Amino acid sequence: MSRIGVFVCHCGTNIAGTVDVARVAEAMKAEPGVVFATDYKYMCSEPGQQMVKDMIKEHKLDRIVICSCTPRMHENTFRKMLKDTDVNPYMLEIANIREQCSWVHTDKEKATEKAIALARMAVAKVGRDFPLFTSTIPIHKKALVIGGGIAGIQAALDIADAGYQVTLLEREPSIGGRMVMLDKTFPTLDCSACISTPKMVEVSAHPNIELRTSCELEDVSGYVGNFEVTIRQKARYVNHDICTGCGLCETKCPTKVISEFNQGMSERRAIYKSFAQAVPAKPVIDPDHCRKLQEGKCGVCQAVCPLKAINFEDKDTTFTDTYGAIIVSTGYQLIQWQDLYPEYGGGRFKDVISGLQFERLVNASGPTEGHILRPSDQTEPKDVVIVKCVGSRDPKKGKSYCSRACCMYAAKHAHQILEKIPDSNVYVFYMDVRTPGKGYEEFYDRTRKDGANYIRGRVAKIYKEGGRLICRGEDSLLGRQVTVEADLVILETAMVPADGIGEVVHKLGIAMDADGWVQEAHPKLRPVETQTAGVYLAGTCQGPKDIPDTVAQASAAAAKVCGLFSKSEMETSPMTSKVDQSKCCGCGHCEVCCPYKAITLVEIDDREGPKKIRRTVASVNSGLCQGCGCCAAACRTGAIDLLGFTNDQILREVDALCQ
Amino acid sequence: MQFSYYPGCSMDTTGITYKLSIEYICSKIGLVLHEIPDWNCCGATAAHSKNKMLALALPARNLAQAEEEGLDLDVAVPCASCYSRMKHTVVAARQDENMRRKLEEIIGMPYKAKADVLNFLEIFSRPEMKRACQEKMYRTLKGMKVACYYGCLTSRPVEVTGASSTENPMEMDEIVALTGAEPVEWDFKTECCGASHQVDAPKAARPLIERIIRNAKANKAQAIITACPLCNLNLDMREGEINKAKGTRYDLPVYQFTELLAVCMGAGAKDIGIHKHFFPAFDLLNEYLRKAGD
Amino acid sequence: MDRCLNNRENAKALAARIAKDAGVDLQDCYQCGKCSGGCPMAGDMDLMPRQIIQYMRLGLMGDVLRSKSIWLCAACHTCVDRCPHDINLPGLIEGARMEAKRRGMIGVKEVDKFTDIFLENVKMFGKNQEVVLEGLYNVTTGHLMQDMVNVPHMLKHKIVGPELNTTKQAAEVKELMLRAQAAENERKRGEQ
Repeated sequence: MSRIGVFVCHCGTNIAGTVDVARVAEAMKAEPGVVFATDYKYMCSEPGQQMVKDMIKEHKLDRIVICSCTPRMHENTFRKMLKDTDVNPYMLEIANIREQCSWVHTDKEKATEKAIALARMAVAKVGRDFPLFTSTIPIHKKALVIGGGIAGIQAALDIADAGYQVTLLEREPSIGGRMVMLDKTFPTLDCSACISTPKMVEVSAHPNIELRTSCELEDVSGYVGNFEVTIRQKARYVNHDICTGCGLCETKCPTKVISEFNQGMSERRAIYKSFAQAVPAKPVIDPDHCRKLQEGKCGVCQAVCPLKAINFEDKDTTFTDTYGAIIVSTGYQLIQWQDLYPEYGGGRFKDVISGLQFERLVNASGPTEGHILRPSDQTEPKDVVIVKCVGSRDPKKGKSYCSRACCMYAAKHAHQILEKIPDSNVYVFYMDVRTPGKGYEEFYDRTRKDGANYIRGRVAKIYKEGGRLICRGEDSLLGRQVTVEADLVILETAMVPADGIGEVVHKLGIAMDADGWVQEAHPKLRPVETQTAGVYLAGTCQGPKDIPDTVAQASAAAAKVCGLFSKSEMETSPMTSKVDQSKCCGCGHCEVCCPYKAITLVEIDDREGPKKIRRTVASVNSGLCQGCGCCAAACRTGAIDLLGFTNDQILREVDALCQ
Repeated sequence: MQFSYYPGCSMDTTGITYKLSIEYICSKIGLVLHEIPDWNCCGATAAHSKNKMLALALPARNLAQAEEEGLDLDVAVPCASCYSRMKHTVVAARQDENMRRKLEEIIGMPYKAKADVLNFLEIFSRPEMKRACQEKMYRTLKGMKVACYYGCLTSRPVEVTGASSTENPMEMDEIVALTGAEPVEWDFKTECCGASHQVDAPKAARPLIERIIRNAKANKAQAIITACPLCNLNLDMREGEINKAKGTRYDLPVYQFTELLAVCMGAGAKDIGIHKHFFPAFDLLNEYLRKAGD
Repeated sequence: MDRCLNNRENAKALAARIAKDAGVDLQDCYQCGKCSGGCPMAGDMDLMPRQIIQYMRLGLMGDVLRSKSIWLCAACHTCVDRCPHDINLPGLIEGARMEAKRRGMIGVKEVDKFTDIFLENVKMFGKNQEVVLEGLYNVTTGHLMQDMVNVPHMLKHKIVGPELNTTKQAAEVKELMLRAQAAENERKRGEQ
């Protein structure tokens, strides 16, 4: 016979104000198996916990029910407490009579009745609880960082500096991401390249960092502490072990290709480095444009290379490694506004450009060497219109969310234009100006004082007459239609997740939100973790953010990884699924529905009467299982139980409720 | 190819050049239009601004007659406004069975909403129509720069029209290009010309016309092309007025797209009423036909 | 003039009715002004299309019903086409105009007159007669010479003439219009 103790918490007046706690305790004394019940002001307090421990000794209690707040709040507190006693920490049930009762009801009589019912359910369940024991798994202390933008760079450096091995994976030929494309960063106007390229070099030189560019994630298996990751090294056609990056090949290559790095506003060659400060500082061949690879002719680069580093026979290769933790930092790209906004010319007007294009225009290493010249005729614009929220905050055409950084870089663009072109006029069409960051509002103030005209309204149409772009909109503060003639229009377009994020998410078994951003485990309390243990996230793959937030999040994710690596093995929750293989029919429903790839079908030896047979059954990898219970719900034969929430335990609760 | 045909109230009067050019093309390419026997006004802007049911019922009577004919043909509608009203009725009746029954009650005849409503851009965009036209065209307007003006009602609201683009449609540009004329890129293809308010609120509505003509001119068009009797009248009749009132020197004739097709099939000025235009329209056509050696 | 925003339940209820009929949730609007920026008629409007929504939200229906804007809307649908929230502004304006008409609040009397004459025309002839329409309009509004400058050209080229082009069963159309009016009244009652 079980010996159950019930402890009803007042939580000050939080519970006791609405629930007659003494009556709840009294009622529990009549429940089968209950040998002790009482109420107390604060069960979670030190004296409250001491009382539980004392009563366990005094009444030889073997199961505990606490009627208090949500288990999310203090279940762990009480489990820890039980570690000091003879009671197994999993012989504990929490009846939530605060969030699910006292806080949502006003009628004390009815609330008390409900609290009694909730407590009775917990008592019924705890009677069927059985001891569970945590186990440990070893941790492979090497981290994989996917995506070599500023988030990935920062995370990799932090982990490497802590003394752990890191592989930094980047699908482009160079790391650096978006930040290295930017000219200056708000609100301090630091040179973006000057502060990010040293970090890039540091990555390439760090003894603990293995830099893998032109690489993509191929496959992931395993679980926290022990991920088996296959990586595809795309063919570069240049042997980087030999190449010194002298650049001769680039100067001789006859094929010109639109430069991605300069946002289509200049040309590169088919053998190229993305930009001067690229890391690694060695070229690759773009196989889609190389004449030798496409048509079999040319081969000039191979002929001129003094070190014979060019290899047209190069093929993709794959390699596999083991990682204890993975950080996703795949970043963002800008929305393709051309298809969405025909009213802004839909891309027909050369002088309607994106904010990132402007960054290249104003950058000293950009296509115009930092002179702001409009693309159509390379003249200096005098009247410039900046349009905010293109694709952001537009549920019909684009995305419903705010892209967070645009208000500030719009202000920065306005400032840069007014600074570089002294007699220029800048008009910023905005809906709201959002400046929640240190020094941000001050920067916005300064931009207005620089002379930027802020016009509150969304541009309705951009059209062309006589070489001038005409922006028509409403100034909603005037309540009048206005037009502004412009030489150059900058659209501050929405951030969207980088292409291919879906595949990465799928391979890692983590979740995306409706807009394709990686889903964090909890928006407030676990912002850099995912639902899969050992997989963390950093930067704009999680949602739009600016550089300071990105870097902060990257360091946070790195700290999480270092925390994990600080132990040689880790405890796992025992509340995982368990298959009763005698009942399992091997249908595989559970395998399909498991979000964590924790279930596999295995063959076992069995008997059918006197006959020996081979049979397929489900098997749970408790290292991967997160205890979500999907499999238990899907199991047709009832062969799967989630430990801590077995079918038997839940049915007892229901029975108790329906008494 | 054949269609039921709803001409609408202005085809015999202010839409006369549209009517004549359509008839000319029909005779050349064997397109057959069966006029709805006893059609009535579609209600235009007036009905839907006063009475929702009326706005749906007036077109329903026409569509029901087309069904009654038993030809099982889609209904061709030249006027953008009529097209919009008729299409509203088809969509409403198809979406809501109660509405369809209610409309039957009001018009006093069965209406199943089976036939689609098509404007002439939709019809002439069909590959077989383009082919048929091309076969019959032996003259060209090579090099004539034109701005194709679609107006609002062939494109918006998109859930009624199903238009491919509400800002930069290309159907008319593609049809007109068959004549050798060169459609220019411009930005006022679907801006409203304010036709519904040119009489009752001229001060407010006149600038709409000027904006359209100005943008066409600024983008180097020599003529504006329309696909609606109302749009055409509106631009054609007011261009001279605007020049007079504001001292501007706009010089863009305004043609229906069918006029260009008909001319290239051999229609003389008299055949399709080129001289009936308010803004002189003969010389430009003549100049380009000559240039092309006709 | 001050606009006290308290105690406007009745006006808000009217606004809600009009919004519901147009399939609009007034709270969708965040006042970006893209509608007004692109509205071809906004130059002469006393309330910007965007403002109509804010006035309706706050229950300032008098301002809306008295406005010229609801009569000047050309129903071109540019606003809703570009609206980030797909708000059926022409539908709201149409509802407001019908309500204004019911109360005899006519912001632009010419527009109302033109519409009435147009529908009378249809009721009488089944089809619209451009000559009759323009003639009656000029006479009843007192704009006697409006568009007369174009008449000689039209007569010379037989664009218009003295003959009427009517629906043969014009009486059928008239009855249809009466039944449609009854149905519309019933529909409106159903809403309230």
